[in-house]
Amino acid sequence: MNHVPYLASAWLMLIGLYGIATSRNLIHMVLCLTVVQSSTYLLLLGVGYRLHATAPIYQGIVPGHRAVDPVVQALTLTDIVVEATVVALMLALAVVAHKRFGSLDPQKLRPLRG
Amino acid sequence: MSPRARQISCVVVLLGFGAFLVWGVLGLQDFGHWTGLYGRRVLKVASSERQVTNVVSAVNFDYRMFDTLIEELILFTSVMGVMLVLRHQRGEDPEPEHAAGDSEGFEDTTDGVRVLGVILIGVTLLLGLYIVVHGHLTPGGGFQGGVILGAAVLLVFLAGEFVTVRHLHPVETMETIEAVGAAGFAGLGLGGLIASSAAFHNFIWTGTSGMLISGGTIPLSNLAVGCAVFGAILILASELLEQALIVRR
Repeated sequence: MNHVPYLASAWLMLIGLYGIATSRNLIHMVLCLTVVQSSTYLLLLGVGYRLHATAPIYQGIVPGHRAVDPVVQALTLTDIVVEATVVALMLALAVVAHKRFGSLDPQKLRPLRG
Repeated sequence: MSPRARQISCVVVLLGFGAFLVWGVLGLQDFGHWTGLYGRRVLKVASSERQVTNVVSAVNFDYRMFDTLIEELILFTSVMGVMLVLRHQRGEDPEPEHAAGDSEGFEDTTDGVRVLGVILIGVTLLLGLYIVVHGHLTPGGGFQGGVILGAAVLLVFLAGEFVTVRHLHPVETMETIEAVGAAGFAGLGLGGLIASSAAFHNFIWTGTSGMLISGGTIPLSNLAVGCAVFGAILILASELLEQALIVRR
């Protein structure tokens, strides 16, 4: 039972990759990418967790109380920001692909010519 | 490759990859027994050294502020990328302003959405500001609050006033807000270099823990990041909405 959060994160990554590989719609593909990225949040937060610990926010509790690791939480925040930027770029590319080829199906995309 | 063959080969590859992944995570330490020394050290010193109660903010905007600057620049770059990708291309109407004036694009918005949108705008703005300015005390900060502030303006779009908002030239304004935010954040890093000969040093009096004005440069960084994220979210959204208008015509 000690590794369940890590295994859950591995599962999220695999199911997201499966979605990306078999996707028939670029928007669906971007959403699958966000599933893969959520697996990294779960892994980071799971790694930094300490049993019976509170959030690393000392508002209203005694300083020195056992708290979870703030560094991995800050890393997760970075991760989320990067995800948002990647998703924005991918969606913009999906818009352009739809304008150029008239379809969101990745199988129907043809190589770009200059 | 047929979809069926693609599916089967994908499952085979993922099973192999998954086996390695599971093997890897089983080698991690047990869940709940993290022994990272850096995090423990920061937890011990952050509230007395920097007088903040939100230690995650102290890591993001003080101890590892350099990393956050890079993160901020990633956001900045991606906004530029989206604007570049979605620029007006050959064969498209180069001047969408004229057509948008008489566009009836959002007429299908129902009254319920309009009323609720208008009611929620004020509440959302207030919540966003609260999250930004209390970033060093309670959960939240510039990134989270900036997104909420962006959502408040998106509610205006949702309420069907996209055309009204466009008359204020939001993209130019938002570009300025985003640039000022990013420059302010970098300036805070440089301020440390000038005031105490170490870049990204917290050079302002840190005050008393738990007060609104405490934590030195941390609340200021939150404000700068809040501005930058607010601008970035709105530029992204309005660029994509602009495309929706072009496609609809």
